[in-house]
Parts: sequence; C-alpha cells; structure tokens
Amino acid sequence: MAHEHVSNTKRIWFVFALLSVVTTVEVILGIIKPESLLHTNALGMNLLNWVFYILTIVKAYYIVWAFMHIEGEKASLRWSVVAPVIFLVLYLLFILLVEANYIFEIFRDSTIKWNF
Amino acid sequence: MDATVTTPGSVGQKTWGGGNEPMSASYGKLMMWFFIVSDALTFSGFLAAYGFSRFKFIETWPLADEVFTHFPFLHGVTAPMYYVALMTFILIFSSVTMVLAVDAGHQMNKKKVTFYMFLTIIGGLIFVGSQAWEWKNFIKGEYGAIETKGGSLLQFVDNTGKRLSLAEVAQSLPKERETLTRNKGVWFMKESELPTYSVEEVQAGFAANPNILIRTEVIYQDTPANRADKTLQPGLQKAKHKKILTRAESEKMLANAKYVVEGANLVRNEYGSKLFADFFFFITGFHGFHVFSGVIINIIIFFNVLLGTYERRGTYEMVEKVGLYWHFVDLVWVFVFTVFYLV
Repeated sequence: MAHEHVSNTKRIWFVFALLSVVTTVEVILGIIKPESLLHTNALGMNLLNWVFYILTIVKAYYIVWAFMHIEGEKASLRWSVVAPVIFLVLYLLFILLVEANYIFEIFRDSTIKWNF
Repeated sequence: MDATVTTPGSVGQKTWGGGNEPMSASYGKLMMWFFIVSDALTFSGFLAAYGFSRFKFIETWPLADEVFTHFPFLHGVTAPMYYVALMTFILIFSSVTMVLAVDAGHQMNKKKVTFYMFLTIIGGLIFVGSQAWEWKNFIKGEYGAIETKGGSLLQFVDNTGKRLSLAEVAQSLPKERETLTRNKGVWFMKESELPTYSVEEVQAGFAANPNILIRTEVIYQDTPANRADKTLQPGLQKAKHKKILTRAESEKMLANAKYVVEGANLVRNEYGSKLFADFFFFITGFHGFHVFSGVIINIIIFFNVLLGTYERRGTYEMVEKVGLYWHFVDLVWVFVFTVFYLV
C-alpha cells in the first residue's frame, strides 16, 4: 500500500471540520426552513430537499474517500466498489419513486376511496 | 504492476498459485469491501422502500419536526432536530477517532491505537443509548390521536392551532370495562393494555368544549383549490402544515372514531401514516443493530490491541478492517438522518 506509514492526521481533522460544518448547515436549514427554498418545486421535490440531498452526498463522499480511505486504494478497487452502488441505487430510486408517484395519482384521481 | 494482471509470466510469481493480492488489497480487506457493497445495497433497498411509501402517501406523510421534538432535560420544550443533530455529531466524532486509530496503527503506535479505539467504543455506546432514548419517546408519544373507521388519523388543536393532548380533550366518564388480564378470565384469554381514555370519553370531551378542532393528516398546500375549501377552518391554515377542519367538519369526522391511539407501535401510531412508524422502527432499528454489532467487534479488536496481537503480527490491518465497517455505519446514518429527519 502506497499510503502506509504516512500520517494523515491533518486531513482527518480537516474532514471532521468539514462534516461538522455541513451538518450544522443542514440542521440550521432544517429548523428555519427558508420559505424561498421550501415553496418551490424542481423535479418533484422542493429545492430545500435537493439542498439536503446534495449536502448528504457531499458528506458521503468525504466519509468514503477520506475516512474509509478509498482514495488511497487502486482505482480499480475504488470504482468496482463505488460504481455498482451508485448505478443500482439510482436505478432502484428511479423505478420505485416513479411507480409510487403513479400509485399516488391513481389514489387521488380515480374512484378508489381509501381514506375517509 | 497494475491492479489485476492475470497474464502468466508478467509477474514474478505464479498468478493462480495464491498469495497474490488482486487490486493490491489483502483478502480480508477486499472481503470487507464486498460486504460493505452488499450491505449498502440492503440499506438502499430499505430507504428506497421508505421513499416509495412516502411518495405514495405524499399528501398525508407525517412531518418530521412535529414528531421528533424532544431533548433531554428540556421537558415540554419543542426542540426539533437538536437531539438527532447531537447524535449525528457523536457518530461522526467516533468515526474520526476510529480513523485516528487506523492512522496510529499505520505507525505501529500501540498506545495511541488503544486510546482512540477506546474513544470510538464510548462514542458508539453513547449513540446506541441515544437511539434507545429516541425510541422511548417515539413509542410513548406526546399528544395522542384518534383513528377513524376508515383508518384516518385525527389530532386535536385548540382555536389558535396549538396541539392538544388527549388528556386536555377527554372527559372522564364512568368506566364500563377494564383490561382483561389472565387472572380475571379463562387462563388463555387476555388483551393488550387499554388506552388511557376511551373513544366515548374523547368524544364527550370534544362535544363539551366548542374550541377544540380536528387536525387531519392531509398537508395544506395553499393552492387555489385549498383556499376555496369550505371544510377548512379559516385563519389557521399554513402551507406545508396539516389541514385543520372547521368545527362542523370536526364533529362529522369524530363521529367516525374507532380507536384511541397513544404513542406508536407496529400497528398504528399517533403521528399519522402507519407505515411511517413501521419504517422508523425497521430502518433505525437495523442501523442501531449495526452500531451495536460494530461496538462489539470494536471491543474484541480493542482487547486484541491490548494483548499485543497486532504488535506481534506486525500489522494493524485488522483495525483498518473494522474501521471500514465502522465508517460504513456512520455513512448509513448520514443518509438515515437526511431521509427521516430533514426531508
């Protein structure tokens, strides 16, 4: 392993600070829920939720790359771990969420009454 | 030599003879990565299923900041998010101590590895404990609600929109029945605990106080159709909050009451959609179980460090491998946090 015996302490603390800042931003946004972001809609979700998901992915990137130290592994190992997960998750989300939205519309627009 | 060279002769050893390391990762580390990939897909499946149910019931899903409002020692104070944010920091910090332990292992510094592993274990235990407290509050509930014959959930508010608990609504009536326990009937007959108030008591209390209104599960979207809706109490509606019915509509709804719901279990919960509590228990429970097993594994490795097993082996790679698992648990929490508490 190329990274052996090299101390990464500086980077570890940097990533910790970054993750803390991102989490704090998320919590603040979650508490004040700015109206300008909340009352919008882009691709089925409001912008605030998009901000949350993007920040989550930023955190996930730093956890996997820095803490799990996948940045120090061979590129082949890195991508044989990361690529299948990304692809399958996107695929699964696409199928399930589109289907769920369809079922929601059936419940809303058709004569089936399920909640009264 | 690049990652996986399989052409015989290009390496100084027999490729298929064993002993070589594909992608320059040891067997154990590679298998840990394989496990993490499969476990990540398992969690993705759960969270995607949660997303499915949520999109399916998008108009009635409970709002997280009305559900998770507790903070230790702050009774009666509505503090959404703070507690779970604290839990997130604890887990991130235990991830940091873990990666510092791995780093110290690379320098063969037994003392530092021991210290950081210890901190990691403590962080993990605090997290699991916090989750237990979170579950306790979730199961106990705060306000209580009524379920109708059709499965809708009704909550109570006063004429300013402030939530009312069942205790504030219900009127006590002479009890006609008590819980059937084994010692009161035939030995095999019993029933689960009766709620504190009966449906009749809640209905009587509601009829007696004209200021009580009913809040439905449906989210008010402030569309023209919503604004024209005569069944909604004027002045109390807020966009992205639950709809509050007029007194006349409230009476009509409450006439259909079937159950009194207090807190949450796997069948029904006072927060709204039944699936919400099911997913909460299942996903945070599965994650909590991961944290718990992580703590156990960390303890085993901690003792191995103390005994000098890895010192003798000449490598602290085992710490690195459990570190991968521990970071993965943190990674999953980052997503659970977003999906359950933020969005």
